[in-house]
Amino acid sequence: MKNRLLTLGAVAGLLLLLWGAQRFADEYQVRLLNTAAIFITLALGYHLINGVCGQLHLGPNAFIALGAYTAALLTLTPAEKSRIFFLEPLIWPFSQLTLPFAAALCCGGLVAAGFAFLTGFPVFRVRGDYLAIVTLGFGEVVRVLANNWQGLTNGPLGLKGLAPHTTLWWSWGVAVAALLVITALTRSGYGRAMQAIREDEIAARAMGVDVFRHLMLAYLLSAFFLGVGGGLLAHLVTTISPTLFTFFLTFNLLIIIVVGGLGSATGAVLAALLFTVGGEWLRVVEEPHVLLGFSYPGIPGLRMVIFSLALLLVIIYFRRGLCGGREFTWEGLGRRLRRLKGRIPFGARPQR
Amino acid sequence: MDLVTLMQQLVNGLSLGSLYALIAIGYTLVYGILRLINFAHGDLIMVSAYVGVMGVGLFRWPWPAAFGLAVGLTGLMGVLLERGAYRPLRRAPRISLLISAIAASFFLENLVLVIAGGRPKPFPAPAWSAGAIEAGGLFIPRLSLVIPLTAGVLLLGLFLLVHRTQAGRAMRAIAYDLETTSLMGVNVNRIISLAFLLGSLLAGAGGLLWAMKYPQVNPFMGILPGLKAFIAAVLGGIGNLAGAVLGGLVLGLLEISIVALFPDWGGYRDALAFALLIIILLVRPTGLLGEAVAEEKL
Repeated sequence: MKNRLLTLGAVAGLLLLLWGAQRFADEYQVRLLNTAAIFITLALGYHLINGVCGQLHLGPNAFIALGAYTAALLTLTPAEKSRIFFLEPLIWPFSQLTLPFAAALCCGGLVAAGFAFLTGFPVFRVRGDYLAIVTLGFGEVVRVLANNWQGLTNGPLGLKGLAPHTTLWWSWGVAVAALLVITALTRSGYGRAMQAIREDEIAARAMGVDVFRHLMLAYLLSAFFLGVGGGLLAHLVTTISPTLFTFFLTFNLLIIIVVGGLGSATGAVLAALLFTVGGEWLRVVEEPHVLLGFSYPGIPGLRMVIFSLALLLVIIYFRRGLCGGREFTWEGLGRRLRRLKGRIPFGARPQR
Repeated sequence: MDLVTLMQQLVNGLSLGSLYALIAIGYTLVYGILRLINFAHGDLIMVSAYVGVMGVGLFRWPWPAAFGLAVGLTGLMGVLLERGAYRPLRRAPRISLLISAIAASFFLENLVLVIAGGRPKPFPAPAWSAGAIEAGGLFIPRLSLVIPLTAGVLLLGLFLLVHRTQAGRAMRAIAYDLETTSLMGVNVNRIISLAFLLGSLLAGAGGLLWAMKYPQVNPFMGILPGLKAFIAAVLGGIGNLAGAVLGGLVLGLLEISIVALFPDWGGYRDALAFALLIIILLVRPTGLLGEAVAEEKL
């Protein structure tokens, strides 16, 4: 009860912050905040299958692409669509249909989940590195489809001129919803079963866990959030094309959840924030500067070298990442605060 | 389709397939020993092609020197890769090893991007690779003969090494059981380095041939051939050398026949390999020639 009140308080605090940002932040800062929230949503969706269930899934870009394209096709008006699809007309029913943003986002999530349902049967017949490569294959297949199916996706040209529907309320609202749903799921019996599968699948099976059904549930929910995140992303950047949804996007999400600590939702959120903000700071290395009389030309592409090196170092030397399986709890925060005040000696274990 | 066209496509498919085979060997060698998909293997193709561009195009070296250096450096790069990114994780969960491989792959790509720039560069193919031979209405590019011949010679050498030498026997023993082999007094680390060296040397040669066939290099050129070669290795039965060669040839021929039979579907060619992979894993996960590889847990 107390925890629930605290959580409500935190959400209210966030709302207040957003309201402040809406009024006083400039366009660039708002965009950064939106990107951060979308990456939190995507990272949480990805974390559910990789972190909680322990299955190395390498195809989130497919679900993000499906969500983005579905939502975009549903919010565009028929007139805009006929202008965009000048090479080959858009197939019915998308050519006539226009939905409000909320419904379009939901449809994006549902289409992604539908694709997850279809692919889940072959994907979960294999494990380990085979699962990784099969999901990577699905990601690639979706990208190739987006590039070639002129009548649905407008091919390599993509969709331009989407309405910038994604506001701070939408992006952070979805991020908070994703966090609440995924935390609740992880703590429920379903979540415990998923974690049991991660730790030892055979033991979990022996305890009566229906492995396939739990993995499928996680996969569907993860796909839904990835799809909704994709819809938000599409209406933030307002132009989508197949090049946006390559394996590179998957790699970014993988960095986030590994640096955050595989299996920790707290870590995923923190690392997503760090990734977005840190990525902006690191732009410095790609721009020309004059430092103490030395001119530095700026090296394009250096950011990715730093990111991939960071991932390599984290996975080799700090495999636990930022949070390594631990989660933020109000009790934990309270303990830490009391410790700071000196009521509990440092190093004392909590009494159970 | 008449006979000449059929033969023509057969030649094209064979040359593509033997390239896949050459690259697939590296995957299968490493997978057989460490049960690791070496994601960075495809990028070694790119490294080799770039060294080739540097040697021939920038320093104006004669091609044998430049190509020799390219293959040698690529081999070294493979060994360093194992030292830096895989050896520290040998006792870690396999999922970590795989993430490390993906990170290493991105690191290589972006490092080359920073050093050489993102703009595609033309590959200065030696003069002998150009031109074609015409025989009975059949038009065979000289390269389509060079590629399968080179690949054949290299693969033959590799087979002899693996099946006829002491080191090759050690390699096969490690693939069977790493722990026991190390108890038998085999220097496991050295043999693993050797496996990486061999696979990377072949990838180096494959990279040069690939760049001669598609004479444009860019930092991300290795990804797709790498993935397809991996699929070829799975198709033939991963861990099995002959399987990798068979898988490569089958994949090459299938791809070319898709392009030849349904020209409109050419854009979907890259999805074919993945569709094939999914089907193979569902129907016959051990591949065409693979023995039942126990599905180990992560």
